[in-house]
Amino acid sequence: MAERLSRKKILSPEKIFMGMTGVFSLSVLLISALVVYELFSASEPTFQKFGLKFLVSKEWDPVQKVYGALPFIWGTFYTSFIALLIALPVSLGIAIFLSELAPAWLRSSVGFLIELLAAIPSLIFGLWGLFVLSPILQQYIEPPLSNLSWLPFFKGYPLGLGFLNAGLLLAVMIIPTISSISRDVMYTVPANQREGGLALGMTRWEVVSKVVVPNSRSGILGAVVLGLGRALGETMAVTMVIGNTPQFSLSLLDPGYTISSAIANQFTEAFDKLQISALIELGLILFVISVIINAFAKLLMLRMNRFSGGARI
Amino acid sequence: MKTDFRYMRRKIFGTMMLGLSILAALAAVSMLFWILGYTFIKGISAVNLDFFTKLPTPVGVPGGGLANSIVGSIIVVGMAALMAIPVGIATAIYLSEYGRGFFASTVRFVSDVLAGVPAIVAGIVAYALVVTRMHRFSAFSGSVSLALLMLPIIIRSSEEIFRTVPDTLREASFALGVPKWKTILSIVLKTASGGLVTGTILAIARVGGEAAPLLFTSFSNSFWNFNPGQPMATLPVDLFNYSISPYQDWQQKAWAAALVLVGMVLILNISARLYLARKGFKRNG
Repeated sequence: MAERLSRKKILSPEKIFMGMTGVFSLSVLLISALVVYELFSASEPTFQKFGLKFLVSKEWDPVQKVYGALPFIWGTFYTSFIALLIALPVSLGIAIFLSELAPAWLRSSVGFLIELLAAIPSLIFGLWGLFVLSPILQQYIEPPLSNLSWLPFFKGYPLGLGFLNAGLLLAVMIIPTISSISRDVMYTVPANQREGGLALGMTRWEVVSKVVVPNSRSGILGAVVLGLGRALGETMAVTMVIGNTPQFSLSLLDPGYTISSAIANQFTEAFDKLQISALIELGLILFVISVIINAFAKLLMLRMNRFSGGARI
Repeated sequence: MKTDFRYMRRKIFGTMMLGLSILAALAAVSMLFWILGYTFIKGISAVNLDFFTKLPTPVGVPGGGLANSIVGSIIVVGMAALMAIPVGIATAIYLSEYGRGFFASTVRFVSDVLAGVPAIVAGIVAYALVVTRMHRFSAFSGSVSLALLMLPIIIRSSEEIFRTVPDTLREASFALGVPKWKTILSIVLKTASGGLVTGTILAIARVGGEAAPLLFTSFSNSFWNFNPGQPMATLPVDLFNYSISPYQDWQQKAWAAALVLVGMVLILNISARLYLARKGFKRNG
Protein backbone atom coordinates (compact mmCIF):
# COMPACT_ATOMS: atom_id res chain seq x y z
CA MET A 1 0.00 0.00 0.00
CA ALA A 2 2.73 2.39 1.00
CA GLU A 3 4.68 1.32 -2.05
CA ARG A 4 1.75 1.98 -4.32
CA LEU A 5 1.21 5.37 -2.82
CA SER A 6 4.79 6.46 -3.25
CA ARG A 7 4.90 5.12 -6.81
CA LYS A 8 1.78 7.04 -7.57
CA LYS A 9 3.38 10.15 -6.21
CA ILE A 10 6.45 9.86 -8.40
CA LEU A 11 5.04 8.48 -11.62
CA SER A 12 1.38 9.38 -11.86
CA PRO A 13 0.27 9.96 -15.47
CA GLU A 14 -0.59 13.48 -14.37
CA LYS A 15 3.02 14.20 -13.50
CA ILE A 16 4.33 12.48 -16.62
CA PHE A 17 2.09 14.57 -18.83
CA MET A 18 2.93 17.80 -17.07
CA GLY A 19 6.61 16.88 -17.12
CA MET A 20 6.55 16.17 -20.84
CA THR A 21 4.92 19.45 -21.76
CA GLY A 22 7.29 21.14 -19.33
CA VAL A 23 10.28 19.59 -21.09
CA PHE A 24 9.03 20.94 -24.40
CA SER A 25 8.72 24.40 -22.84
CA LEU A 26 12.24 24.07 -21.50
CA SER A 27 13.39 23.15 -25.02
CA VAL A 28 12.20 26.57 -26.22
CA LEU A 29 14.61 28.18 -23.76
CA LEU A 30 17.38 25.77 -24.77
CA ILE A 31 16.81 26.46 -28.47
CA SER A 32 17.06 30.18 -27.81
CA ALA A 33 20.26 29.67 -25.86
CA LEU A 34 21.59 27.59 -28.75
CA VAL A 35 20.76 30.39 -31.18
CA VAL A 36 22.75 32.87 -29.10
CA TYR A 37 25.65 30.44 -28.66
CA GLU A 38 25.90 29.58 -32.37
CA LEU A 39 25.85 33.24 -33.41
CA PHE A 40 28.58 34.15 -30.93
CA SER A 41 30.84 31.20 -31.62
CA ALA A 42 30.56 31.46 -35.42
CA SER A 43 31.46 35.14 -35.40
CA GLU A 44 34.47 34.67 -33.17
CA PRO A 45 37.17 34.86 -35.91
CA THR A 46 36.12 38.38 -36.92
CA PHE A 47 35.71 39.41 -33.34
CA GLN A 48 39.24 38.28 -32.55
CA LYS A 49 40.70 40.03 -35.57
CA PHE A 50 38.82 43.36 -35.47
CA GLY A 51 37.31 43.53 -32.00
CA LEU A 52 34.94 46.42 -31.44
CA LYS A 53 36.48 48.27 -34.38
CA PHE A 54 34.23 46.08 -36.55
CA LEU A 55 31.28 48.20 -35.44
CA VAL A 56 32.76 51.56 -36.42
CA SER A 57 34.94 50.75 -39.41
CA LYS A 58 33.68 51.92 -42.78
CA GLU A 59 35.77 49.59 -44.87
CA TRP A 60 34.32 46.40 -46.37
CA ASP A 61 36.79 44.84 -48.74
CA PRO A 62 36.74 41.06 -49.21
CA VAL A 63 39.83 41.24 -51.44
CA GLN A 64 41.95 42.93 -48.75
CA LYS A 65 40.16 40.89 -46.07
CA VAL A 66 39.16 44.03 -44.20
CA TYR A 67 35.67 44.12 -42.77
CA GLY A 68 33.73 46.89 -41.06
CA ALA A 69 30.01 46.98 -40.35
CA LEU A 70 29.27 50.70 -40.21
CA PRO A 71 27.86 51.22 -43.75
CA PHE A 72 25.49 48.29 -43.23
CA ILE A 73 24.37 49.39 -39.78
CA TRP A 74 23.81 52.87 -41.18
CA GLY A 75 21.82 51.56 -44.15
CA THR A 76 19.67 49.39 -41.92
CA PHE A 77 18.74 52.23 -39.58
CA TYR A 78 18.43 54.88 -42.30
CA THR A 79 16.02 52.87 -44.47
CA SER A 80 13.96 51.91 -41.40
CA PHE A 81 13.85 55.54 -40.28
CA ILE A 82 12.61 56.67 -43.71
CA ALA A 83 10.01 53.90 -43.58
CA LEU A 84 8.76 54.97 -40.15
CA LEU A 85 8.58 58.61 -41.22
CA ILE A 86 6.22 57.64 -44.03
CA ALA A 87 4.38 54.78 -42.36
CA LEU A 88 3.52 56.45 -39.05
CA PRO A 89 1.19 59.20 -40.32
CA VAL A 90 -0.43 56.88 -42.86
CA SER A 91 -0.94 54.14 -40.27
CA LEU A 92 -2.42 56.58 -37.77
CA GLY A 93 -4.78 57.80 -40.49
CA ILE A 94 -5.85 54.23 -41.20
CA ALA A 95 -6.30 53.47 -37.51
CA ILE A 96 -8.40 56.62 -37.03
CA PHE A 97 -10.50 55.75 -40.06
CA LEU A 98 -11.09 52.19 -38.86
CA SER A 99 -11.80 52.97 -35.22
CA GLU A 100 -13.61 56.33 -35.45
CA LEU A 101 -15.13 56.84 -38.88
CA ALA A 102 -15.86 53.65 -40.77
CA PRO A 103 -19.27 51.98 -40.58
CA ALA A 104 -19.15 48.40 -39.29
CA TRP A 105 -19.25 46.62 -42.65
CA LEU A 106 -16.44 48.75 -44.06
CA ARG A 107 -14.44 48.41 -40.86
CA SER A 108 -14.08 44.65 -41.06
CA SER A 109 -13.49 44.44 -44.81
CA VAL A 110 -10.91 47.27 -44.95
CA GLY A 111 -9.24 45.86 -41.86
CA PHE A 112 -9.11 42.45 -43.52
CA LEU A 113 -7.59 43.85 -46.74
CA ILE A 114 -4.90 45.76 -44.85
CA GLU A 115 -4.00 42.67 -42.86
CA LEU A 116 -3.79 40.79 -46.14
CA LEU A 117 -1.11 43.27 -47.19
CA ALA A 118 0.96 41.90 -44.29
CA ALA A 119 0.56 38.35 -45.58
CA ILE A 120 2.17 39.05 -48.98
CA PRO A 121 5.70 37.59 -49.04
CA SER A 122 8.55 40.05 -48.93
CA LEU A 123 9.81 38.82 -52.32
CA ILE A 124 6.66 40.03 -54.06
CA PHE A 125 7.18 43.52 -52.65
CA GLY A 126 10.75 43.35 -53.91
CA LEU A 127 9.66 42.32 -57.38
CA TRP A 128 7.14 45.17 -57.47
CA GLY A 129 9.75 47.62 -56.18
CA LEU A 130 12.26 46.50 -58.78
CA PHE A 131 10.04 46.45 -61.85
CA VAL A 132 7.30 49.01 -61.02
CA LEU A 133 8.38 51.46 -58.35
CA SER A 134 11.99 51.85 -59.49
CA PRO A 135 11.19 53.10 -63.05
CA ILE A 136 8.54 55.47 -61.64
CA LEU A 137 11.01 56.91 -59.14
CA GLN A 138 13.74 57.20 -61.74
CA GLN A 139 11.62 59.01 -64.30
CA TYR A 140 9.16 61.10 -62.34
CA ILE A 141 10.07 61.47 -58.69
CA GLU A 142 13.83 61.57 -58.38
CA PRO A 143 14.74 64.06 -61.17
CA PRO A 144 12.79 66.93 -59.53
CA LEU A 145 14.24 65.92 -56.15
CA SER A 146 17.77 66.02 -57.50
CA ASN A 147 17.20 69.68 -58.39
CA LEU A 148 17.26 70.28 -54.65
CA SER A 149 20.80 68.93 -54.50
CA TRP A 150 21.93 71.77 -52.22
CA LEU A 151 20.25 69.72 -49.51
CA PRO A 152 22.36 66.72 -48.49
CA PHE A 153 19.27 64.52 -48.72
CA PHE A 154 18.89 64.94 -52.46
CA LYS A 155 22.46 64.76 -53.76
CA GLY A 156 23.19 62.29 -56.48
CA TYR A 157 21.71 60.86 -59.63
CA PRO A 158 18.22 59.47 -60.13
CA LEU A 159 18.91 55.73 -60.24
CA GLY A 160 15.56 54.46 -59.08
CA LEU A 161 17.35 52.11 -56.71
CA GLY A 162 18.57 53.16 -53.29
CA PHE A 163 17.48 54.45 -49.90
CA LEU A 164 14.29 56.10 -51.15
CA ASN A 165 12.99 53.02 -52.92
CA ALA A 166 13.87 50.75 -50.00
CA GLY A 167 12.34 53.15 -47.49
CA LEU A 168 9.10 53.40 -49.46
CA LEU A 169 8.81 49.62 -49.81
CA LEU A 170 9.49 49.11 -46.11
CA ALA A 171 6.86 51.74 -45.31
CA VAL A 172 4.23 49.80 -47.25
CA MET A 173 5.34 46.60 -45.51
CA ILE A 174 5.11 47.93 -41.96
CA ILE A 175 1.89 49.92 -42.39
CA PRO A 176 -0.28 46.84 -41.65
CA THR A 177 1.63 46.15 -38.41
CA ILE A 178 1.44 49.71 -37.08
CA SER A 179 -2.10 50.44 -38.21
CA SER A 180 -3.73 47.25 -36.92
CA ILE A 181 -2.17 47.54 -33.46
CA SER A 182 -2.99 51.27 -33.24
CA ARG A 183 -6.56 50.53 -34.26
CA ASP A 184 -6.90 47.86 -31.56
CA VAL A 185 -5.56 50.30 -28.98
CA MET A 186 -7.90 53.09 -30.10
CA TYR A 187 -10.86 50.71 -29.77
CA THR A 188 -10.09 50.37 -26.09
CA VAL A 189 -10.48 54.09 -25.37
CA PRO A 190 -13.78 54.18 -23.45
CA ALA A 191 -16.76 55.74 -25.22
CA ASN A 192 -17.50 58.09 -22.33
CA GLN A 193 -14.14 59.80 -22.90
CA ARG A 194 -15.20 60.63 -26.44
CA GLU A 195 -18.63 61.73 -25.27
CA GLY A 196 -17.02 63.97 -22.66
CA GLY A 197 -15.02 65.64 -25.41
CA LEU A 198 -18.08 66.11 -27.61
CA ALA A 199 -20.04 67.50 -24.66
CA LEU A 200 -17.35 70.15 -24.21
CA GLY A 201 -18.00 71.30 -27.74
CA MET A 202 -15.05 69.63 -29.45
CA THR A 203 -15.28 68.84 -33.14
CA ARG A 204 -14.97 65.23 -34.20
CA TRP A 205 -11.32 65.72 -35.19
CA GLU A 206 -10.53 67.38 -31.88
CA VAL A 207 -11.95 64.37 -30.07
CA VAL A 208 -9.65 62.17 -32.13
CA SER A 209 -6.52 64.30 -31.78
CA LYS A 210 -6.97 65.45 -28.18
CA VAL A 211 -8.71 62.48 -26.56
CA VAL A 212 -8.34 59.25 -28.52
CA VAL A 213 -4.74 59.54 -29.75
CA PRO A 214 -3.23 60.84 -26.46
CA ASN A 215 -5.09 58.10 -24.59
CA SER A 216 -3.56 55.41 -26.79
CA ARG A 217 -0.05 56.83 -27.06
CA SER A 218 1.78 54.04 -25.23
CA GLY A 219 0.06 51.46 -27.44
CA ILE A 220 0.95 53.47 -30.53
CA LEU A 221 4.54 53.64 -29.33
CA GLY A 222 4.51 49.86 -28.97
CA ALA A 223 3.15 49.56 -32.50
CA VAL A 224 5.90 51.82 -33.84
CA VAL A 225 8.58 49.83 -32.04
CA LEU A 226 7.25 46.55 -33.48
CA GLY A 227 7.04 48.12 -36.95
CA LEU A 228 10.62 49.29 -36.57
CA GLY A 229 11.64 45.77 -35.61
CA ARG A 230 10.05 44.40 -38.74
CA ALA A 231 11.68 47.05 -40.95
CA LEU A 232 15.17 46.52 -39.51
CA GLY A 233 15.15 42.80 -40.22
CA GLU A 234 13.39 42.84 -43.57
CA THR A 235 15.59 41.21 -46.18
CA MET A 236 14.43 40.19 -49.63
CA ALA A 237 12.49 43.29 -50.65
CA VAL A 238 15.30 45.58 -49.53
CA THR A 239 17.98 43.44 -51.18
CA MET A 240 16.25 43.81 -54.53
CA VAL A 241 15.95 47.62 -54.47
CA ILE A 242 18.68 49.06 -52.22
CA GLY A 243 21.38 49.07 -54.91
CA ASN A 244 23.89 47.06 -52.86
CA THR A 245 26.68 49.62 -52.46
CA PRO A 246 28.27 49.78 -49.03
CA GLN A 247 28.49 53.53 -48.46
CA PHE A 248 27.73 56.01 -45.76
CA SER A 249 25.41 58.55 -47.35
CA LEU A 250 22.59 60.83 -46.26
CA SER A 251 21.16 61.15 -49.75
CA LEU A 252 17.87 59.43 -50.46
CA LEU A 253 18.90 59.01 -54.08
CA ASP A 254 22.10 57.11 -53.32
CA PRO A 255 22.31 53.34 -53.38
CA GLY A 256 23.22 51.71 -50.07
CA TYR A 257 23.36 48.39 -48.30
CA THR A 258 21.72 46.96 -45.20
CA ILE A 259 22.87 44.26 -42.79
CA SER A 260 20.27 41.80 -43.99
CA SER A 261 20.86 42.40 -47.69
CA ALA A 262 24.63 42.05 -47.24
CA ILE A 263 24.06 38.64 -45.70
CA ALA A 264 21.58 37.62 -48.40
CA ASN A 265 23.86 38.73 -51.24
CA GLN A 266 27.30 37.72 -50.10
CA PHE A 267 26.81 34.60 -48.03
CA THR A 268 26.68 32.05 -50.83
CA GLU A 269 29.50 33.75 -52.70
CA ALA A 270 31.85 34.05 -49.75
CA PHE A 271 34.57 31.41 -49.83
CA ASP A 272 36.90 33.16 -47.45
CA LYS A 273 36.26 31.92 -43.89
CA LEU A 274 36.80 35.38 -42.49
CA GLN A 275 34.13 36.88 -44.75
CA ILE A 276 31.61 34.27 -43.64
CA SER A 277 32.47 35.00 -40.05
CA ALA A 278 32.09 38.75 -40.70
CA LEU A 279 28.67 38.17 -42.25
CA ILE A 280 27.64 36.05 -39.28
CA GLU A 281 28.76 38.82 -36.94
CA LEU A 282 26.56 41.19 -38.96
CA GLY A 283 23.74 38.73 -38.30
CA LEU A 284 24.61 38.76 -34.60
CA ILE A 285 24.36 42.57 -34.58
CA LEU A 286 20.95 42.36 -36.26
CA PHE A 287 19.89 39.71 -33.75
CA VAL A 288 20.92 41.84 -30.77
CA ILE A 289 19.11 44.90 -32.20
CA SER A 290 15.91 42.92 -32.80
CA VAL A 291 15.99 41.29 -29.35
CA ILE A 292 16.36 44.70 -27.68
CA ILE A 293 13.54 46.16 -29.75
CA ASN A 294 11.14 43.27 -29.23
CA ALA A 295 11.86 43.05 -25.51
CA PHE A 296 11.15 46.79 -25.28
CA ALA A 297 7.86 46.39 -27.17
CA LYS A 298 6.87 43.50 -24.92
CA LEU A 299 7.61 45.49 -21.77
CA LEU A 300 5.59 48.43 -23.12
CA MET A 301 2.70 46.06 -23.70
CA LEU A 302 2.94 44.59 -20.19
CA ARG A 303 2.94 48.07 -18.69
CA MET A 304 0.00 49.14 -20.80
CA ASN A 305 -2.00 46.05 -19.86
CA ARG A 306 -1.35 46.69 -16.20
CA PHE A 307 -2.75 50.19 -16.47
CA SER A 308 -5.72 49.66 -18.70
CA GLY A 309 -6.23 45.98 -19.45
CA GLY A 310 -6.02 47.22 -23.01
CA ALA A 311 -5.35 45.66 -26.37
CA ARG A 312 -2.52 43.20 -26.86
CA ILE A 313 0.33 43.88 -29.16
CA MET B 1 -20.12 86.39 -34.92
CA LYS B 2 -16.41 86.05 -34.45
CA THR B 3 -16.69 82.81 -32.44
CA ASP B 4 -18.87 81.38 -35.16
CA PHE B 5 -16.11 82.00 -37.65
CA ARG B 6 -13.59 80.29 -35.42
CA TYR B 7 -15.83 77.30 -34.96
CA MET B 8 -16.22 77.06 -38.74
CA ARG B 9 -12.47 77.08 -39.12
CA ARG B 10 -12.04 74.29 -36.59
CA LYS B 11 -14.78 72.33 -38.26
CA ILE B 12 -13.24 72.70 -41.73
CA PHE B 13 -9.76 71.80 -40.48
CA GLY B 14 -11.18 68.75 -38.71
CA THR B 15 -13.08 67.57 -41.76
CA MET B 16 -9.91 67.96 -43.80
CA MET B 17 -7.86 65.85 -41.39
CA LEU B 18 -10.53 63.16 -41.22
CA GLY B 19 -10.64 63.24 -45.02
CA LEU B 20 -6.88 62.62 -45.03
CA SER B 21 -7.35 59.58 -42.81
CA ILE B 22 -9.88 58.16 -45.26
CA LEU B 23 -7.32 58.80 -47.99
CA ALA B 24 -4.69 56.89 -46.00
CA ALA B 25 -6.92 53.83 -45.76
CA LEU B 26 -7.73 54.12 -49.45
CA ALA B 27 -4.04 54.35 -50.30
CA ALA B 28 -3.18 51.20 -48.35
CA VAL B 29 -6.00 49.21 -49.93
CA SER B 30 -5.06 50.38 -53.41
CA MET B 31 -1.42 49.41 -52.80
CA LEU B 32 -2.67 45.89 -52.09
CA PHE B 33 -4.63 45.76 -55.33
CA TRP B 34 -1.82 47.38 -57.31
CA ILE B 35 0.76 44.83 -56.14
CA LEU B 36 -1.55 41.83 -56.45
CA GLY B 37 -3.02 42.99 -59.76
CA TYR B 38 0.37 43.64 -61.33
CA THR B 39 1.65 40.25 -60.18
CA PHE B 40 -1.43 38.60 -61.60
CA ILE B 41 -1.20 40.28 -65.00
CA LYS B 42 2.55 39.67 -65.36
CA GLY B 43 2.37 36.14 -64.00
CA ILE B 44 -0.69 34.76 -65.73
CA SER B 45 0.89 35.08 -69.18
CA ALA B 46 3.88 33.01 -68.07
CA VAL B 47 2.00 30.34 -66.15
CA ASN B 48 1.12 27.23 -68.11
CA LEU B 49 1.01 23.49 -67.58
CA ASP B 50 4.76 23.16 -68.27
CA PHE B 51 5.47 25.48 -65.37
CA PHE B 52 4.02 22.93 -62.96
CA THR B 53 5.27 19.74 -64.64
CA LYS B 54 8.67 20.42 -66.25
CA LEU B 55 12.17 20.97 -64.93
CA PRO B 56 13.96 24.29 -65.51
CA THR B 57 15.79 24.67 -68.82
CA PRO B 58 19.22 26.31 -69.26
CA VAL B 59 19.36 29.97 -70.26
CA GLY B 60 18.27 30.47 -73.85
CA VAL B 61 16.36 27.22 -74.11
CA PRO B 62 12.68 28.15 -74.17
CA GLY B 63 10.05 26.26 -72.22
CA GLY B 64 10.56 24.34 -69.05
CA GLY B 65 9.09 24.94 -65.64
CA LEU B 66 9.75 24.93 -61.96
CA ALA B 67 8.13 21.64 -61.00
CA ASN B 68 11.10 20.66 -58.84
CA SER B 69 11.06 23.84 -56.80
CA ILE B 70 7.30 23.69 -56.20
CA VAL B 71 7.70 20.17 -54.83
CA GLY B 72 10.88 21.24 -53.02
CA SER B 73 9.03 24.06 -51.26
CA ILE B 74 6.37 21.64 -50.08
CA ILE B 75 9.02 19.23 -48.75
CA VAL B 76 11.12 21.88 -46.99
CA VAL B 77 8.11 23.62 -45.42
CA GLY B 78 6.53 20.26 -44.54
CA MET B 79 9.64 19.07 -42.68
CA ALA B 80 9.78 22.40 -40.84
CA ALA B 81 6.14 21.99 -39.82
CA LEU B 82 6.83 18.46 -38.55
CA MET B 83 9.57 19.85 -36.32
CA ALA B 84 7.80 22.96 -35.07
CA ILE B 85 4.20 21.81 -34.55
CA PRO B 86 4.68 19.16 -31.81
CA VAL B 87 7.09 21.32 -29.81
CA GLY B 88 4.92 24.42 -30.29
CA ILE B 89 1.63 22.84 -29.29
CA ALA B 90 3.11 20.94 -26.32
CA THR B 91 4.68 24.18 -25.08
CA ALA B 92 1.39 26.02 -25.52
CA ILE B 93 -0.41 23.30 -23.49
CA TYR B 94 2.07 23.75 -20.69
CA LEU B 95 1.79 27.54 -20.77
CA SER B 96 -1.99 27.69 -20.78
CA GLU B 97 -2.83 24.71 -18.54
CA TYR B 98 0.02 24.58 -16.03
CA GLY B 99 2.08 27.72 -16.54
CA ARG B 100 1.70 30.23 -13.75
CA GLY B 101 5.09 30.79 -12.20
CA PHE B 102 8.35 32.42 -13.17
CA PHE B 103 9.41 29.61 -15.51
CA ALA B 104 6.25 29.94 -17.62
CA SER B 105 6.49 33.71 -17.92
CA THR B 106 10.13 33.37 -18.92
CA VAL B 107 9.21 30.90 -21.67
CA ARG B 108 6.43 33.23 -22.80
CA PHE B 109 8.76 36.22 -22.88
CA VAL B 110 11.53 34.36 -24.69
CA SER B 111 9.18 32.96 -27.32
CA ASP B 112 7.70 36.42 -27.92
CA VAL B 113 11.20 37.82 -28.40
CA LEU B 114 12.07 34.87 -30.64
CA ALA B 115 9.04 35.78 -32.77
CA GLY B 116 10.73 39.07 -33.64
CA VAL B 117 14.00 37.54 -34.82
CA PRO B 118 14.51 38.39 -38.49
CA ALA B 119 14.16 35.52 -40.95
CA ILE B 120 17.69 35.98 -42.23
CA VAL B 121 19.11 35.47 -38.73
CA ALA B 122 17.25 32.15 -38.52
CA GLY B 123 19.03 31.25 -41.76
CA ILE B 124 22.43 32.07 -40.29
CA VAL B 125 21.72 29.99 -37.20
CA ALA B 126 20.71 27.00 -39.33
CA TYR B 127 23.86 27.53 -41.41
CA ALA B 128 26.12 27.55 -38.35
CA LEU B 129 24.24 24.68 -36.74
CA VAL B 130 23.73 22.30 -39.66
CA VAL B 131 25.52 23.37 -42.84
CA THR B 132 28.95 23.87 -41.29
CA ARG B 133 28.68 20.47 -39.59
CA MET B 134 27.40 18.57 -42.65
CA HIS B 135 29.79 20.49 -44.93
CA ARG B 136 27.10 21.04 -47.54
CA PHE B 137 23.86 22.87 -48.18
CA SER B 138 20.82 20.71 -47.52
CA ALA B 139 17.04 20.78 -47.54
CA PHE B 140 17.15 19.70 -43.92
CA SER B 141 19.06 22.80 -42.85
CA GLY B 142 16.49 24.93 -44.66
CA SER B 143 13.74 23.20 -42.72
CA VAL B 144 15.57 23.88 -39.46
CA SER B 145 15.66 27.60 -40.22
CA LEU B 146 11.95 27.68 -41.12
CA ALA B 147 11.08 25.65 -38.02
CA LEU B 148 12.87 28.27 -35.91
CA LEU B 149 10.61 30.91 -37.46
CA MET B 150 7.44 28.83 -37.09
CA LEU B 151 7.92 27.77 -33.48
CA PRO B 152 7.16 31.08 -31.72
CA ILE B 153 4.21 31.78 -34.04
CA ILE B 154 2.65 28.40 -33.23
CA ILE B 155 3.27 28.75 -29.48
CA ARG B 156 1.63 32.14 -29.37
CA SER B 157 -1.42 31.33 -31.48
CA SER B 158 -2.01 27.93 -29.81
CA GLU B 159 -1.79 29.36 -26.31
CA GLU B 160 -4.36 31.96 -27.23
CA ILE B 161 -6.66 29.29 -28.66
CA PHE B 162 -6.34 27.15 -25.51
CA ARG B 163 -7.30 30.15 -23.41
CA THR B 164 -10.53 30.59 -25.35
CA VAL B 165 -11.66 27.11 -24.25
CA PRO B 166 -14.17 27.92 -21.46
CA ASP B 167 -13.17 26.84 -17.96
CA THR B 168 -16.67 25.43 -17.43
CA LEU B 169 -15.79 22.64 -19.87
CA ARG B 170 -12.69 21.76 -17.84
CA GLU B 171 -14.65 21.91 -14.60
CA ALA B 172 -17.41 19.68 -15.97
CA SER B 173 -14.79 17.13 -16.89
CA PHE B 174 -13.12 17.32 -13.45
CA ALA B 175 -16.54 16.90 -11.84
CA LEU B 176 -16.94 13.61 -13.70
CA GLY B 177 -13.71 12.45 -12.13
CA VAL B 178 -11.55 12.75 -15.22
CA PRO B 179 -7.94 13.58 -14.31
CA LYS B 180 -6.44 16.80 -15.58
CA TRP B 181 -4.16 15.28 -18.19
CA LYS B 182 -7.04 13.32 -19.72
CA THR B 183 -9.20 16.45 -19.63
CA ILE B 184 -6.53 18.32 -21.56
CA LEU B 185 -6.10 15.58 -24.14
CA SER B 186 -9.74 14.72 -24.71
CA ILE B 187 -11.61 17.96 -23.92
CA VAL B 188 -9.32 20.96 -24.29
CA LEU B 189 -7.38 19.72 -27.34
CA LYS B 190 -10.55 18.57 -29.05
CA THR B 191 -12.38 21.83 -28.46
CA ALA B 192 -9.39 23.82 -29.62
CA SER B 193 -8.56 21.63 -32.62
CA GLY B 194 -10.14 23.93 -35.23
CA GLY B 195 -8.27 26.93 -33.91
CA LEU B 196 -5.03 24.97 -33.71
CA VAL B 197 -5.32 23.96 -37.36
CA THR B 198 -6.02 27.57 -38.33
CA GLY B 199 -3.04 28.88 -36.35
CA THR B 200 -0.77 26.26 -37.88
CA ILE B 201 -1.91 27.02 -41.40
CA LEU B 202 -1.28 30.73 -40.82
CA ALA B 203 2.22 29.91 -39.58
CA ILE B 204 2.87 27.75 -42.66
CA ALA B 205 1.64 30.54 -44.93
CA ARG B 206 3.89 32.98 -43.13
CA VAL B 207 7.12 30.98 -43.56
CA GLY B 208 6.20 29.44 -46.92
CA GLY B 209 6.99 32.69 -48.70
CA GLU B 210 10.35 33.22 -47.00
CA ALA B 211 13.42 33.14 -49.18
CA ALA B 212 15.98 34.81 -46.91
CA PRO B 213 16.76 31.86 -44.63
CA LEU B 214 16.78 29.36 -47.50
CA LEU B 215 19.33 31.13 -49.72
CA PHE B 216 22.30 29.60 -47.94
CA THR B 217 20.70 26.58 -46.27
CA SER B 218 18.59 24.59 -48.71
CA PHE B 219 20.25 26.50 -51.59
CA SER B 220 18.95 25.46 -55.01
CA ASN B 221 19.41 23.08 -57.92
CA SER B 222 17.76 22.46 -61.25
CA PHE B 223 16.85 18.79 -61.14
CA TRP B 224 14.73 16.42 -59.08
CA ASN B 225 16.05 15.71 -55.62
CA PHE B 226 14.16 14.04 -52.80
CA ASN B 227 17.10 13.58 -50.46
CA PRO B 228 16.85 16.01 -47.53
CA GLY B 229 20.62 15.77 -47.07
CA GLN B 230 21.22 17.46 -50.43
CA PRO B 231 20.46 20.97 -51.73
CA MET B 232 16.86 21.37 -52.84
CA ALA B 233 15.25 24.04 -55.00
CA THR B 234 12.40 26.01 -53.47
CA LEU B 235 9.96 28.41 -55.09
CA PRO B 236 11.02 31.55 -53.15
CA VAL B 237 14.74 31.04 -53.77
CA ASP B 238 14.22 30.39 -57.49
CA LEU B 239 11.96 33.43 -57.69
CA PHE B 240 14.73 35.58 -56.23
CA ASN B 241 17.50 34.17 -58.43
CA TYR B 242 15.39 34.50 -61.57
CA SER B 243 14.17 38.01 -60.81
CA ILE B 244 17.67 39.49 -60.45
CA SER B 245 18.96 37.70 -63.56
CA PRO B 246 19.41 39.75 -66.72
CA TYR B 247 17.53 37.28 -68.96
CA GLN B 248 14.02 38.18 -70.09
CA ASP B 249 12.95 34.55 -70.12
CA TRP B 250 14.03 34.07 -66.52
CA GLN B 251 12.41 37.29 -65.38
CA GLN B 252 9.18 36.06 -66.87
CA LYS B 253 9.53 32.84 -64.94
CA ALA B 254 10.09 34.92 -61.82
CA TRP B 255 6.70 36.57 -62.33
CA ALA B 256 5.06 33.20 -62.86
CA ALA B 257 6.71 31.95 -59.67
CA ALA B 258 5.51 35.10 -57.89
CA LEU B 259 1.94 34.47 -58.97
CA VAL B 260 2.03 30.85 -57.84
CA LEU B 261 3.67 31.77 -54.54
CA VAL B 262 1.27 34.61 -53.78
CA GLY B 263 -1.63 32.39 -54.79
CA MET B 264 -0.59 29.59 -52.43
CA VAL B 265 0.17 31.93 -49.52
CA LEU B 266 -3.04 33.94 -49.86
CA ILE B 267 -5.27 30.90 -50.34
CA LEU B 268 -3.86 29.36 -47.14
CA ASN B 269 -4.15 32.65 -45.29
CA ILE B 270 -7.66 33.55 -46.41
CA SER B 271 -9.14 30.08 -45.94
CA ALA B 272 -7.70 29.90 -42.41
CA ARG B 273 -9.19 33.28 -41.53
CA LEU B 274 -12.58 32.49 -43.06
CA TYR B 275 -12.71 29.20 -41.19
CA LEU B 276 -11.93 30.94 -37.92
CA ALA B 277 -14.47 33.71 -38.58
CA ARG B 278 -17.22 31.22 -39.38
CA LYS B 279 -16.43 29.20 -36.30
CA GLY B 280 -16.40 32.26 -34.08
CA PHE B 281 -19.72 33.31 -35.54
CA LYS B 282 -21.26 29.93 -34.78
CA ARG B 283 -20.03 29.97 -31.23
CA ASN B 284 -21.56 33.37 -30.60
CA GLY B 285 -24.77 32.81 -32.46
